Formats: sequence, C-alpha cells, structure tokens
Amino acid sequence: MRKLTSIDEFVGFYDRLVTDRPVGVPTIVIPAGTCGQASGANDVIRVAKRELLSKELSDSIHLRITGCHGFCEMEPSILIEPRGTFYPKVKLKDMPRIIDAVSNDDVVEDLLWLDPETGKPVERQQDIPFFRQQVRTIISRSEKVDPIRIFNYIENGGYQGLASVLNRGNPGWVVEEVKASELRGRGGAGFPTGLKWEMLAAQRNGNGKFLVCNAHEGDPGAYMDRSVLEGNPHSIIEGMLIGSYATGATGGVVYVGDEYPLAIKHLIIALRQARELGLLGENILGTGFSFDINVVKGAGAFVCGEETALMRSVEGKMGEPRQRPPFPTEKGIEGKPTVINNVETWANIPVIMEIGAKKYKQIGTKGNSGTKIFSLVGKIKNTGLVEVPMGTTISEIVYEIGGGSIDKAAIKAVQTGGPSGGCIPASMFDLPIDYDSLTQAGSIMGSGGMVVMDEGTCMVDIAKYYMNFLKSESCGKCYTCRKGTQRMYEILEDITEGCGTLEHLDLLEELAHVVADTTMCGLGQTASNSVLSTLRYFHEEYTEHIIDKRCRAGLCKDLVGAPCQSR
Amino acid sequence: MIKLTINGLGVSVEEGTTILEAAKFLGIPIPTLCHKEGLSPYGACRLCVVEIGEGERARLVSSCTYPAEEGLKVRTASSRVLRARKMILELYLASCPQSKTIQDLAAAHNVRQQRFRQEFEDCIMCGLCVRMCKEQMMAGAIGFRGRGQDRSIGTPFDVKSEECRLCGGCMFICPACQLRCTYTEPEKAICGACANLSPPCIEKEQFDDMMCYMDPCVACEIKED
Repeated sequence: MRKLTSIDEFVGFYDRLVTDRPVGVPTIVIPAGTCGQASGANDVIRVAKRELLSKELSDSIHLRITGCHGFCEMEPSILIEPRGTFYPKVKLKDMPRIIDAVSNDDVVEDLLWLDPETGKPVERQQDIPFFRQQVRTIISRSEKVDPIRIFNYIENGGYQGLASVLNRGNPGWVVEEVKASELRGRGGAGFPTGLKWEMLAAQRNGNGKFLVCNAHEGDPGAYMDRSVLEGNPHSIIEGMLIGSYATGATGGVVYVGDEYPLAIKHLIIALRQARELGLLGENILGTGFSFDINVVKGAGAFVCGEETALMRSVEGKMGEPRQRPPFPTEKGIEGKPTVINNVETWANIPVIMEIGAKKYKQIGTKGNSGTKIFSLVGKIKNTGLVEVPMGTTISEIVYEIGGGSIDKAAIKAVQTGGPSGGCIPASMFDLPIDYDSLTQAGSIMGSGGMVVMDEGTCMVDIAKYYMNFLKSESCGKCYTCRKGTQRMYEILEDITEGCGTLEHLDLLEELAHVVADTTMCGLGQTASNSVLSTLRYFHEEYTEHIIDKRCRAGLCKDLVGAPCQSR
Repeated sequence: MIKLTINGLGVSVEEGTTILEAAKFLGIPIPTLCHKEGLSPYGACRLCVVEIGEGERARLVSSCTYPAEEGLKVRTASSRVLRARKMILELYLASCPQSKTIQDLAAAHNVRQQRFRQEFEDCIMCGLCVRMCKEQMMAGAIGFRGRGQDRSIGTPFDVKSEECRLCGGCMFICPACQLRCTYTEPEKAICGACANLSPPCIEKEQFDDMMCYMDPCVACEIKED
C-alpha cells in the first residue's frame, strides 16, 4: 500500500475505488463474528469458497466475510446482495443450492426465513420484522464492510468524516458539532460526549493528552461492543482520529479484554492498514496532524471497565478505582488529561460527521439523541443485537423485534444494564428506553445488555445470581462494596434456601441503600440495583419464599421437592 | 485559598486539602479506620463518609479522599451519614468482632445489634500496612492480591519477601490484627497476621533487639509455653 500524502490524494483514491467497484455483481455476505463462528460460519465460508471455485463462479459471484449483522439466533446466516435475500441457519449441504440460485438470480424458497405468524417465507432481510423495526445506523455498516480490508471501509464512505474535518481545519467546530448532536456516552452513565471533549480541549498540557476507547465489556450477556469492534474496527479508529483532532490529544489507547481475541485481531490489522495508508501515525494525509493508537489488553476484571480503574490498568497497576475529582479530563493516564469513551460512542462520531449534528439530533428523542445497540438475550425468540432510536419502548423491542417469549410462558421482566442494572416488570414495558427513564425506574441504561425473563425465572434467584457475580468482581477496595455484596448474597442465599425471615428483607433493603450510598465507584453505587428493583417490583416473590416457603418458578431447589410438587 | 462550609461553619483551606483535614482544622470529629497522617489517603473503610451537595444531587463521599472545593457544603453528621456509618460499623462487627478499635467505634456510635452471620476475620483490608510498608518503610514487601471476596494482603506468591526487614511497621499500624494476638482461641494467637509474614516475635532469635509494638502481646508467652 502506498501512503496517501494529501487530502486530495485520499479523495482521488476514494473516487478510484468507487469507480472500480463492480456494479450489480451478486455478493454472498457471510457474517462471521465470534457469534457466527461459534454457530459454524467458518464451515459455511469454507464450503462457499469451494463451491464458487469448483463451479468457476468466483468472477460472477463475490463473497464477503463480515462481522455480526445482529440476528445471532439465526446464525450461521447468509445475505445475498443486491437482492437482499436472507437465509437463516444455513446448513452446509444447502450451500450448493444457494449458490446455484444466486448464479441464476433465483431464490431457494424452502430455505428462507418463515414468519411464525403467517407461516409464509420472507425473502428480503429488510422485510423480516426483526430488521424492519430497527434503525441500524451503526450495525448496518458492518454488513457492507469486511473488517480486515480497509479499501472496503473507504469505498463505503469511510474516513470521509476525517477528511472533511481535516479539510475544514477547525478543531473547535468539531467539538461544537459533537456538542450540538447531543450525543451522550454509550457506556452507561450518559455523560454528554461533546462536553467531555470540550473539557479536554480546554486543558493546556504540553506533555500530551490521551484518548481512550473503552472496549472492556464485562456484563454477562452483553456483546455489542465486541460486535462493533469485530465488524467495523475502522469506524472506531476514524472516530478516535476525529476526537484527537478536535481535542488536541496526542495518544490513543483501545482498552480491550483479552477474552475478545477476534476483536483484537481485527483491530490490530485495521490499525496496521490505517498506518500503511497514512491515515494514522505521523503527519496524517500530509496535514501535519499526528495521532497514533495502541491496543492495551485487559485481563478480564469487570471493574476495569470503570474509567479510573481502567486508567490504572493501562498504567500497568492493579485495577482499582480512585476518587473523582480529579476527573480523568484533568488528571488521567500518567497524570495527563484523558477522555474515555465507549466503543459505541466512538462509532457514532463518523456518523455525526457524515450526516451532520442537525440530522443526527432528529434520531431519538430530545436529550437522548441517536440510536443505541442492545444485546437482546434470555427467554426471547430472536436473540441478537438490536439497534433502535433512543426513546423506543421496551415492549417494541421485546415483542415486535424480539418476537416475544420463546415458549408459552409469559414474559415477566427485562433486566437492563447488566449486573449493575435492575429488573423492569412487564407492567412497565411502555417505558421509553433512554438514560433518564431507566434511572427513574430503578435500573440503568448500562452498556446495553437486555436480558428477558419469563415466568420460569425466579426473581430472588436472579438477584442472587447478579450478587454472586458482583461479590467476586468487586475490586474489594471499599469495605461496603466488598463486604456488602457478600452479605447481600448471604441473605439472598438464606431466602432461597428457605431460611429467610421478614427481618431479613428489611436488613437487605437497608444494606442495599447503604452500599449504594457509601461506595466510591460506579460498580458499588449500582451494585444494589438488582436487589432494590426486585424488592420494589417483585416483593411478593420474596415474601412467598419466606412465608410460604415456595418458589413460583420452581427454581429454588431447597424450597421444593420436585418442580411438579411445588405448585 | 478555598472556602467551604462544614456543618454550617465556614473555613478557608489551601488547595489540595481534603474534607477530613478541613474538618479536623475546625475540630469536627469524623471517625476513620484506614486513614493515618503521613500515609496517602486511600478511602477503603468508608467510615469517614460525609454528605455533600444539596437536594437531588446530595451524595455521600469519603472525606479522606475528597478534595475541598470552592463553595462546598459538607454535613458530617446528617441522618443519612449516621445511618450509613451505623450500618458500616455493623458490618465491621459482623466480621471482626474481636478488634478493640472496632468495638470502641461501634460503642461510640451506639451500635447495639449485629444482624449478620457472625464471622471472625483478622483483616479488614484497610491497606494501612501496605501503605506503611511502601510509603514510610520504603520497602513495598506486601501488597493486595485478588479482588472481591478473594482479596488478600501478602507478599508475592506468599514467599518470604526479601524486601521485608521485619520492622513490624505493618503490625504497629494495623487497626484489627491486635485481635489476633489476643484471640479468643489461644492456639490461633499469632501476630503478624495482617501481613501473613513470618511474625518477628515467633522467631525469637532474630527478634532480639527489636521492639514489639503489639502491647500487650501474648504471642511470645504462648511460644514459651
């Protein structure tokens, strides 16, 4: 690859890529993120390649390997462009038929997705309710891009945002634009990104400033950051480049857990390609602007997703949160001003630069602009990644996109925000999903995990599960977090074992409030949410466990002889 | 100079002063366990929480780590603070009932009950010994390991550290481990517990001219028995 030395050269390069792009050639798109590979996408790719070669179709049919498209329940799946045909749960023996159909511009009817309501096959991806109801500004990009090919990203409009920002030559404008977009941090707390950038830009520090991409996703059942990083690593790099230009940051760090090997691999390849093309490193596109990004791998402690603990981990110390203030924008990594944003936040930056803050603001609701990716998991028909505008109601996500309950049992609650979040009962499913409504309901947005529970789930057991997670993932520095989570787990265990008393409930609530009040970092302050929200909305389940010694879901084994006798 | 009010009393302090120091200047008592002058503030024991902010934004912060801010309104003994402090002490009593320090604090705060399952632990992970070893003794022989419920203090790989000079500073500073020296079960009465180091008083020969900080200490007498 030859280095691009000016913005004009980049624009010329883009034009050449676009004009060289073959038009109308059918393309087989195979999503092969970690989820796809786990369900056998690699074999599908192998068979597809072999078929295309043996039938000498490799010129007339193209193949593209991408990251996850979101519909993980149906993987390994195949998408045929430009028709938009979607084949779910592809079996290897069906591959020859699919490829024959593609070469004849035809469709294999019996392999299509069946609408469970009408029983009729649906051909095109965008007609499937799961996709139709979403606004996929971020995930849809992963469909178009092979994450290890930078040309793929550029020909789809990638790095245009960076080029236009460099062309304009006004960092202050970028900060204003991000502020005007009202983008809020996607990591969970929802702090306005533009404001954070403004604080960093205002810091006068000759020794350098840092930008960090927080890709340390620890919530059980949440994997949207992984998918974005795997499927479209260049969008993160572009977002960070724009951020660096706007704030004057000199060094970038992507902090990612080592449990995401594919994401790390794709990211490292993407960084190398961007450097080779002159889009990263010294003197980017000949403008004199320099910025480079390093990958720092975390060892998997949940608490290292907390920003002050993350910074210590990047410095090579034990991941332990510290007191804020001073905030990272004043004193961050190695004492230098630092801005930490989530993967999804960074992925939104190129979108804002492309469509403009005004248009971006129209997505979502007032004060909660843009889209948010949720990983919809649990007792739900359509497991997968769902991207919706802020302000969408829970029932739309659960019933219309998610397709409702997996079997006959009715859906009882949704747990948002991972272990730090709370459970929202089905009676409140009209709640619009945004930062403020969720907080009011006793939960949090978190990074976007959404676990659906049906009547086969015991809410006391759920609270116990999350408390077990937290008691081993708390860093242990604050006494109330370390001991408080242990004690809450102990009480919940007593209740599920039938040794609970009503006094236990008062003690549990009292303790939960104190833990939330007296801990230093976000982990401890939200650790009680699962207990407090289940106590608030499912109090009768607790009292049933204590007084009637009965678990209505039949899950608390010590309360029941056999599930059939418990009712 | 930064002006703030603590319990309605105005005070001006230099930048970088913590709320705890400012309160001390005014003579307002705030209980602490993990704080010692001369060691860097850590914020582990949470006993020193105070309430700042107003209305919806009111919250509790640990006064030993929170820096004084211009116009800050601090309440050191609001009902929210006292409720939290009592619960924290109840948690301490449930885990470390033998510690004289904790007993005294609990009595002073009128904690009359302990509703959790009783435990007998030797360490509250306040980290005073770790900071003492590193910051005052310039050794850094011990440190924290693990996280959450598995967090512990000790030397790397539990091997006797070459950095350790058996100074006993860790034991001197420990607010809880005196309980181990005067344990209810005599056979477990060994000091040096908070650090898991070989206790100096056990190896009497090496300990010849050293001063034992744990006074009264029964470990040596038990050894002789």
